[in-house]
Amino acid sequence: METLASLGDGFAIALTWQNLLLAFLGCFLGTVMGALPGLGPSNGVAILIPLAFTLGLGATPSLILLTSVYYGAMYGGRISSILLNIPGDEPAMMTCLDGHPMAKKGMAGEALSLSGIASFVGAFFATWGLILLAPQLVKIALLFGPAEYFALFALAFMTLGGVSSTNQAKSAFAAALGLGLATIGVDTQTGVPRFTFGEVHLYDGLDFLVAIVGLFALSEVFIFLEHRHGGSETEGRKLEIGRLYPPLSMIKSCIPTMLRTSFLGFLAGVLPGAGASLGSFISYSMEKRLVDKEGTFGTGDPRGVAAPEAGNNAAAGGALVPMLALGVPGSGTTAVLLAVLLALNITPGPLLFTQNPDVVWGLIAALFIANFMLLAMNIPMVGLFTRVLMIPSRVLMPIVAMVSFVGIYGISGSSFDLLVMIGFGVMGWALRKLDVPLVPIILGTLLGNAMENNLRRAITIDNGNWWTLVDSPLAIGLWTIALIGFVLPLIVGRRVKARMHKRRDEEGAISD
Amino acid sequence: MSFTAIRGLIAAGLVGVVAVAANAQDYSFENPECIAPANPGGGWDFTCRQVGKSLQDLGLIDQTMQVVNLAGGGGGVAFAEVVNKRGDDNDLIVAASSATATRLAQGAYPGNTMDQVRWLASIGADYGVIAVASDSEIDTLPQLLDQIKSDPTTISIAGGSAVGGWDHLKVLIAANTYGIEDVRSVKYIAFDGGGEAVTQLLAGSVQAFTGDISEAKGFVDSGDIKVIAVLSPERLGGEFSDFPTAREQGIDAIGANWRGFYAPGGMSDDAYDAWVAKIADLYASDEWKAVMDANGLAPLDLQGAEFQQFVAESVAKIQDISREIGIIK
Repeated sequence: METLASLGDGFAIALTWQNLLLAFLGCFLGTVMGALPGLGPSNGVAILIPLAFTLGLGATPSLILLTSVYYGAMYGGRISSILLNIPGDEPAMMTCLDGHPMAKKGMAGEALSLSGIASFVGAFFATWGLILLAPQLVKIALLFGPAEYFALFALAFMTLGGVSSTNQAKSAFAAALGLGLATIGVDTQTGVPRFTFGEVHLYDGLDFLVAIVGLFALSEVFIFLEHRHGGSETEGRKLEIGRLYPPLSMIKSCIPTMLRTSFLGFLAGVLPGAGASLGSFISYSMEKRLVDKEGTFGTGDPRGVAAPEAGNNAAAGGALVPMLALGVPGSGTTAVLLAVLLALNITPGPLLFTQNPDVVWGLIAALFIANFMLLAMNIPMVGLFTRVLMIPSRVLMPIVAMVSFVGIYGISGSSFDLLVMIGFGVMGWALRKLDVPLVPIILGTLLGNAMENNLRRAITIDNGNWWTLVDSPLAIGLWTIALIGFVLPLIVGRRVKARMHKRRDEEGAISD
Repeated sequence: MSFTAIRGLIAAGLVGVVAVAANAQDYSFENPECIAPANPGGGWDFTCRQVGKSLQDLGLIDQTMQVVNLAGGGGGVAFAEVVNKRGDDNDLIVAASSATATRLAQGAYPGNTMDQVRWLASIGADYGVIAVASDSEIDTLPQLLDQIKSDPTTISIAGGSAVGGWDHLKVLIAANTYGIEDVRSVKYIAFDGGGEAVTQLLAGSVQAFTGDISEAKGFVDSGDIKVIAVLSPERLGGEFSDFPTAREQGIDAIGANWRGFYAPGGMSDDAYDAWVAKIADLYASDEWKAVMDANGLAPLDLQGAEFQQFVAESVAKIQDISREIGIIK
């Protein structure tokens, strides 16, 4: 009951004209970014961070805008998967497997609207899961001491490589690079500056937002500059949509699939680090094992479209649970959102629910609203988004560059930050050429300090005894999950990964 | 312009700073500006915005005071900017606090010292508290310090600032006053902000908490923690009057996180005196008392030369103790 009352308050906050408009804007831009190949949810949110700050939005409106972008991008990713067989973002990769065959059979419209409905179902149940689970997690948050937090951060890194990266070694390299970058600045445990070279701007460490915008948004511009496409990659391709609404029987046959995969996807999202790609991946493979009696999966089976879409949207909601309740992001995009929260002077974690209930519940209410908006946008208006796929990059990229520079300068008023951003942009470009995933870098930079500090706190509290790290049942449980999450993909993942990567294009370095 | 100056004169006269005001009438501000050396939302930002707003509400300045956020280096970026580029700007003031003094004392602003700027005035202080969980067996500060004395490994103290930061130093000052010789044996665990430190106190990971009274207040109200000492000269007023001071428990330790301003080192005496007079007027007003009450600020009434000396003394004291714990050589 208490939860429902809080949710009611949340709707009161979210249902203002400004917030509705922001949710609408976020949903629209998010879907567009999701649909454009290469731009995933992480980039989408990263590109719009400067916009939120430039508009001078408060904490709740900024979050509403950015989480709408997040949900929107999760929806949008399916569009290019189905129509072009190019995943709009990595979580949508599994949607290609059955979505594109459906489109080839002339059922593109049905595939699009069915996947829209599946996305809605996944996100809808995940938002309820968030409402029910997050406050419970807050209650047990007091079980998390420094040792448990360290185990949780380790879990985030160990499951990260998992399915979504080209190879574990590159993921590990990226994470190590991020952790290394995090050591720049004054060490809070001793007050000693590290790697600052006497440069006072570096004393606070690297600004996450600057790093994120540089790595994701600016590197996108550099990639474009390198390729110098005249128009969009899709120019000249014919996009046939066909009928827009799927027959009721098709929806009905997919309902059990959607419900099962929503649950699975949500769980995958809640695990720190794993995120939406894992959600869509296990959803698809489980459904294939469970219902694919005739071997129709992979040839345009509607259930093969519904499963990954419900799964990845549910994972998006699930990933918000640990982010809000413990301050540990469940995926790459939530890591970006965490950086935004920190920049707004809001510390996610157990205290968030008592100190900023307006932010939490306003955000959750906005997720519901955004989800309905997205459903409305994605079925009747899907034609509009397919046309967006035709926007030439030469129009899009200058906008991205402009927003990045103006926005970052607007946040800090420091030209030093602009140089750092350009540095990160170049680094992001180089790493993408090497097919090194970027999300572990951001996670490393963002969580590195917290991880290191919690390790040192735990050891100091126990007077230098390292066994304190595995001293509680909770810590042991977290380490176990971490080890399983690390080892399992190495054994069973190889086979399926091979298939996923067949469809990988050069933009694969962006993952969620 | 002259109207403002006359009004300033009258107001200043009322609070008895006539000597200062005699100079102040020679100076008026074109574009008052306040640098907050942090992102919007923090304590320094509050200092600038609230003082700017109150100065204008009270008619002490005609124009809106422009607030510029110049974050970085824990205030070091702003300090360097003021020293290097705006050393003779008469319209500029910069928000500061104990954290500024601590970093200056420890040389954390590379190449900068407190003598490079002029210290204007304080606008209040947030006194330090030492607290334990409400179910703790420890009830008084001497009990806590006795236990640290007998076995320092059993007590971990959590605070929201870095090692060597103000939350840490407060405990060391208390421990040192109590006769704990090797203050390095006191186990201090740094967390990211007071809120996180209190959470870990409640979780039982640590045994005591050091922070500011404003950070602790919410948790005292909810009955989660008990304050065993407040580091103020005498008991605070209002709802804080239940907290025993360290001094009345026989430990003469004062820890005030003051808030105030500094101005560029090359500011003219006229401008400096005018700023001092205006902030003194502000401090004396009822409006400012209401602001202090609403934000948990305790009185700390220091202006001009007095404030300059206060900062110099606290820098010297912080340097002593930092040397003792090995943060500076």
